[in-house]
Amino acid sequence: MISMRKSSLFLIFVLLDLVLMGFLGLHAAYRQKNDLIFLEAKSALVRQLDLTDLCLFTEASYTRNPSQADRHTPFQDSPFSLEHFPSGSLIGPPPGSKP
Amino acid sequence: MLDFTLSSLLRRKGKNIALFLVYTLIVFMPASILFFTYSLKREAEIILRDTPEIIVQRMIAGRHELIPTGYIDKIKEIRGVDQVRARLWGYYYDPVVGANYTLLVSKNTALPAGTITIGKGIAQARLAFPGDTLEFRAYDGVILEFKVKDLFSSESALITSDVIMIGEDDFRRLFGVIKEQATDLVLQVKNPKELSTIALKIAEALPDTRQILREEILRTYEAVFNWRGGILLALLAGALLAFLILAWDKASGLSSEEKREIGILKALGWETSDILLLKFWEGIVISFSSFLSGIVLAYLHVFMGSAVLFSPVIKGWSVLYPNFKPVPFIDFSLVSALFFLSVVPYIVATLIPSWRAATADPDSVMR
Repeated sequence: MISMRKSSLFLIFVLLDLVLMGFLGLHAAYRQKNDLIFLEAKSALVRQLDLTDLCLFTEASYTRNPSQADRHTPFQDSPFSLEHFPSGSLIGPPPGSKP
Repeated sequence: MLDFTLSSLLRRKGKNIALFLVYTLIVFMPASILFFTYSLKREAEIILRDTPEIIVQRMIAGRHELIPTGYIDKIKEIRGVDQVRARLWGYYYDPVVGANYTLLVSKNTALPAGTITIGKGIAQARLAFPGDTLEFRAYDGVILEFKVKDLFSSESALITSDVIMIGEDDFRRLFGVIKEQATDLVLQVKNPKELSTIALKIAEALPDTRQILREEILRTYEAVFNWRGGILLALLAGALLAFLILAWDKASGLSSEEKREIGILKALGWETSDILLLKFWEGIVISFSSFLSGIVLAYLHVFMGSAVLFSPVIKGWSVLYPNFKPVPFIDFSLVSALFFLSVVPYIVATLIPSWRAATADPDSVMR
């Protein structure tokens, strides 16, 4: 069995990684092209239904539709109540939004 | 030199393999976050580009309240306004599964009375399919039944997972919203460049309202996935701390074995520059291979594994979470920044103690 130098093995490892990254780049290009139809369909649905937000955080109204929520809703439960939903700590109020 | 470097690393196999794995994880986490957030940001830009131009909400005591439909006539008088219509939407908490639904009335689709179209998330949570009936408790306690007419497609889950499309009369019956009221008003303008001016005029004509422009809606998602706040900062902080500890440990000094090794090489005639080159290659081998592995794993995790590790973080207490595969939009400038922020400091952290040992007297170093 031919034994390879360690440097050759390392360079093969790097080369394989770079080739794999190349394939992933091609995969990204393919998915972008392929998924454009679905993105356009979603955009059409947004237009049809007058939607304003992505359905990412559904646990509270102000995290479900952050662009529509007023600033008091996270603290609405009682005076001095703290914001308590986990996703509320992940997103802040929309920049430039008025109370 | 590379052969010697690799042999040197393999002499401390366990330690260097552990280092490689930890370093890969440190690259994997921020890379996954960058891929996920950038992809969602780009998707949000594309999907929400046709969201309503101006939304007018009524505010009472700082809270969003129902708006009189009579405001439509006042807004129509403002020059530049093309169309104004009432929008009906709201939330419903379903105690059966503990989920929140978003109910809305579509301006374009007239649903037969007593029927609804539901999102895939709701269908999965309630095991409801076309032909099945769902019960809702109206504002007055009466139980209303609605037949599922259709489902929104799986591909649209990112925007419709928790959505229920319902007829206007059914919506008003369910929530007790009278005909003279709506949730908010949606405007179309003749010239998009006049959006801000028209919003200002609406604020003057109707002081108890606030106006939400399309650009503000789009900015919401830039802020959600911005590195200065939100998910990014929360998840990056851990990875950053781990990397700082790693680099500090490396920079704080070499082990006695490594110092002895340098001393022996110097005694054999190696120059300081040769030793620094050796250590440079050691740093490159570990950091570059960790970086490549971390990036590849991050890509596979986010774009083929649907970012499965992040779903508990984003889901929080939600019962409904959209099943979607992020589209591989990649910002190469961020990947380059990650490369320079991870590889370069590590190599510097490797070279500093090596330089100190390499410039010292070989005899004292070997002892």
